[in-house]
Amino acid sequence: MSLWVIQRDLLLAIRRRADVLTTLFFFIIVVSLFPLGVGPEINILRTMAPGVVWVAALLASMLSLGRMFSSDYLDGTLEQMLLSPQSLAMLVLGKALAHWLVTGVPLVLMSPVLGIQYDLSADALLVLTASLLLGTPVLSLIGAIGAALTLGLRGGGVLVSLLVLPLYIPVLIFGAGAVEASAAGLGAGAHLSLLGAFLLASLVLAPWATAVSLRISME
Amino acid sequence: MIWASWSDFFSMGGYGFYVWGSYLVSVACIAGEIALVFNRKRTLLKHLSLIHESTKQEKRNETTS
Amino acid sequence: MAINWFKYSSPASFYFLAGKMIPLFSIAATILFAAGLYIGFFVAPTDFQQGEAYRIIFIHVPAAWMSMFLYVMMAIWAGIGLAFNTRLSSMMATAIAPTGAMFTFLALWTGALWGKPMWGTWWVWDARLTSELILLFLYIGFMSLQAAIDDPRRADKAGAVIALVGVVNIPIIYFSVKWWNTLHQGATVSVTQSPKMATTMLTGMLIMSIACWMYAIAVILIRTRTIILERERHTAWVGELRGVAQ
Repeated sequence: MSLWVIQRDLLLAIRRRADVLTTLFFFIIVVSLFPLGVGPEINILRTMAPGVVWVAALLASMLSLGRMFSSDYLDGTLEQMLLSPQSLAMLVLGKALAHWLVTGVPLVLMSPVLGIQYDLSADALLVLTASLLLGTPVLSLIGAIGAALTLGLRGGGVLVSLLVLPLYIPVLIFGAGAVEASAAGLGAGAHLSLLGAFLLASLVLAPWATAVSLRISME
Repeated sequence: MIWASWSDFFSMGGYGFYVWGSYLVSVACIAGEIALVFNRKRTLLKHLSLIHESTKQEKRNETTS
Repeated sequence: MAINWFKYSSPASFYFLAGKMIPLFSIAATILFAAGLYIGFFVAPTDFQQGEAYRIIFIHVPAAWMSMFLYVMMAIWAGIGLAFNTRLSSMMATAIAPTGAMFTFLALWTGALWGKPMWGTWWVWDARLTSELILLFLYIGFMSLQAAIDDPRRADKAGAVIALVGVVNIPIIYFSVKWWNTLHQGATVSVTQSPKMATTMLTGMLIMSIACWMYAIAVILIRTRTIILERERHTAWVGELRGVAQ
């Protein structure tokens, strides 16, 4: 059932290709801004790289959260989804994964290229990409809760970030920490497994919470 | 009474600024919050009584109907 | 004789019950504050390691405890309000948030002021201070979400969801910040607030905690009554009440 939603959302996303690219370009610009701000000194950049890339990924995925439900909310398809016999949680899971495919995956593919900008070593790049691959779906899933809660509110965009950022912090800590641990030779196994745990937990809990929030917002 | 004199008490062994800084802000926050809560209650009651006055008649109809 | 607890769950009867309880709690709070401060400043000995600066503990620790305790209480009331659709519990949750945020800010402020003489800087990325800061963001998120929604019913439920999601995340945030902190600074800076703990210091701190608790209950009850009035303005009993109030 959620496959249908994913397929539909991907179709919609491809038609409005601009939305996909804006998030990606935002990510690239933010990541490239930091060296300009901090200075070209390579050692500083290398230690800063994981944090910068992760924070940029966080902000990029959060920017596009607003659009996750708003288009369906405005033209009424969201109400149909609520009324449909299918379980709302599965539908929401589909929407969140579609959002991840549209915003998360391009970031993951882009991060090695940007990592080179920060002169990261090969295995650090590998760990960075792996951590982003594990982390970005969690961002979309938790973000779905925020998007559902602030549906149709004025100033919703800012509000979503206020609601959701504190919840992103564990993912940020272990995402950036994974790269740093592997760079320090400690091995990123622990961090990546924790990110995996977050992923599984949010896969189970977030859709249900988003479904509850959607019902509340759509009353 | 472990303080030799009041000035000794206020200097707080050299840390007076920090100790009194934190306590002053605490008192300010608590007093501020109490003031806020009562202010909110007062403006609400004033607002309600205004409604009460202006719609006294309509209020009676509403409760009787 | 089974006490009919549900009698007090209706806003009308709770309004009068709270009315009677508020003076009790406020008097208890003032007495305990006075006793706690007296013990803290006049009875507790000087700390051999930190000199007089440790006296900030008498407001810092109670405030930190209260901030966490109130967030959990807020989440519980919000959860009950969401599950049983009882308006009053959601009102309680909305009433708790500002006091909780105030205590979190106090904990941060007094923590920073205490950190300056002890650690030399106003702000140290210590695991506890950081998770306290994140807790403040959670409070602000809850309050701003409720402020952004006009319809009180939806605001209650939306607030409940974010409070429950937040309370599930608090342990995760706390442990990830603790892990993150140890990673960065090698061995954690062992924050010995003060060698545990001369009895008078301990009693002073406990009395202050109870005083903060009494104060919190009193303020929250007052705010709940105001919210009840706000939301029940069209009901008959508020009408008569106002008649009396003039």
